[in-house]
Amino acid sequence: MSTQPVMKASWMDKFGGRGKLIQILIIAVLILGVLPLFSDIFRLNLYGKYLTYAFVAAGLVLCWGYGGILSLGQGIFFGLGGYCMAMFLKLEASSPENTAIQSTPGIPDFMDWNQLTELPWFWQPFHSFTATLILIVAVPALFAFLIGVAMFKRRVGGVYFAIITQAIASIMTILIIGQQGYTGGINGITDLRSLMGWDIQTDFAKYVLYFACCAALILCLLAGQFILNSRYGQLLIAMRDQEDRVRFSGYDVANIKIFVFVAASVISAIGGAFFTLQVGFMSPSFVGTVASIEMVIFCAVGGRLSLIGAAYGAFLVNLAKSSLSESFPQLWVVAMGALFIAVVMLFPRGLAGLVSDYAAPVRNWFASAFKRETVAASGPETRPSAPKPPESKARDDVSMASAQESH
Amino acid sequence: MSSPILLAVEDLTVSFDGFKAVDGLSLYLERNEVRVVIGPNGAGKTTLLDLICGKTRATDGSIKFKDLELTKMAEHQIVHKGVGRKFQTPSIYENLTVAQNLELSYPSGRTVFGSLFFRRTPKINQRVREIAEQIYLADDLDKSAGLLSHGQKQWLEIGMLLIQDPELLMLDEPVAGMSVVERERTAGLLKEISQNRSVLVIEHDMDFVKDIAHKVTVLHQGKLLAEGKMDDIQKNERVIEVYLGH
Repeated sequence: MSTQPVMKASWMDKFGGRGKLIQILIIAVLILGVLPLFSDIFRLNLYGKYLTYAFVAAGLVLCWGYGGILSLGQGIFFGLGGYCMAMFLKLEASSPENTAIQSTPGIPDFMDWNQLTELPWFWQPFHSFTATLILIVAVPALFAFLIGVAMFKRRVGGVYFAIITQAIASIMTILIIGQQGYTGGINGITDLRSLMGWDIQTDFAKYVLYFACCAALILCLLAGQFILNSRYGQLLIAMRDQEDRVRFSGYDVANIKIFVFVAASVISAIGGAFFTLQVGFMSPSFVGTVASIEMVIFCAVGGRLSLIGAAYGAFLVNLAKSSLSESFPQLWVVAMGALFIAVVMLFPRGLAGLVSDYAAPVRNWFASAFKRETVAASGPETRPSAPKPPESKARDDVSMASAQESH
Repeated sequence: MSSPILLAVEDLTVSFDGFKAVDGLSLYLERNEVRVVIGPNGAGKTTLLDLICGKTRATDGSIKFKDLELTKMAEHQIVHKGVGRKFQTPSIYENLTVAQNLELSYPSGRTVFGSLFFRRTPKINQRVREIAEQIYLADDLDKSAGLLSHGQKQWLEIGMLLIQDPELLMLDEPVAGMSVVERERTAGLLKEISQNRSVLVIEHDMDFVKDIAHKVTVLHQGKLLAEGKMDDIQKNERVIEVYLGH
């Protein structure tokens, strides 16, 4: 980052420069082009499910990687987004005609089984799709805001915050399971069939939903890049390293933390909504402590300082989980634990760190070789052996390297 | 400029579980004054700065800055009113460049949305360069702050305060761990920046104190022991007894 006034400000810089945008473009090509071309709809639908976790992982990069706020409760927000969508779909599936055999037609089946005779008030807004779309974002945002105000204004942070979020995730699960008549209990909200009269179980609908999910993911990654490359993004790094200096430079540190926590929660909730759409149900097992910790592992494996890395991490860990648990169901939990230990001990910057260590020299070699050919100044005997990384890259690496030390 | 008094500390007391780190302290600081606070370890010097900047809350007493009561204000609001504080160990953002460190301290875009949509203007660039020249870091603007020497980090933190143009600048042991040359340059810097603001310094290095102080306050066990010109303080028998030594 230069302070020379002559530098022309490009719109790309707002998203981290051309390099980052190319990386996002590569993801877009992979998920929008390569995966659909080489997989059948059953597999593609699974991939779509994995990608919904990429939203959560990207949120964790903002909140944990840059903000230094470890949340072990992102499942809460994934679940809130997912449940909001599920409530809308369930109401649509519970039209009086479809539920004519119930003692109270027109309400979801699990309510009828639990002797409820009318729709609870908090289900009412989910008759409207517009309201649902707003609530998918607003409910988790408001909840995260309340948690954030309660915690950060009182300067609760670090391990305490992590434990509290974990506890809230646990409470949410217990609440959902306990209030079976209102929430569907441990089975969750199932039997979701159509979205505004459009059957979401056909192959065509699955394609459409997959592409919509991918598009939303790309938009979220871009939004994340925008946040990280603003002055606010620098503040996050500054706050992670020297919280008091930020506070005594005139910033309200609590507000900075609340915002990043809310932003991470909203991104997770969007993922949750796409999860419900593609998988066709939502249940408390995606909300609780285990799910929430797994989400942190996705992020750590991908690289908690790289939005793009975290997206790959979420996808690959889920892919591994499916293939391993298909063949060795018991082994998966052990493998997941081992993976997490390996990441923490051996490559704390995750896949993104490995890629930047091993791929950057190759890329730079190509870049300088290419430059040499176009300039064509000297003879071929001067081969670039160890090209230095460009300056901006070096800054990233420094920040990543010392982030490991500080945690 | 109504009153010559910029900062009025009166009967300030803070007690940690019954231990009074600062005990009924009163202190008046004039505009454009350089005041040095000295005293043995545990005298309450750093706690005094903590109280003024809001890091620690007073148990009793008042701190008035330009007739504003600081004891009830949030830390960031105290900063907005014009009080800057440098910490004892250099507190800079090691993962950012020198220029970014200064720019983040520039007093605009201090809200969440202000910082999200912050735009670097030529005026801000200009100011960052001016400050960098003042703190002898003009050639290191693009350097990662973590790579600076200890003395340079101290200067950078002073620069991060200067860019906010505070009316009261508080420095906690600014020359600790510095080489002789760095000390001299820091003294020069302090004289330069105290032209149009008040400076409150905690320092142990007596030569340095003699060099910069207009007035010296001696603290002992949270209380005021002596106050006055450096020459008088050095002759004060009680000060010699508890602090300076024979």
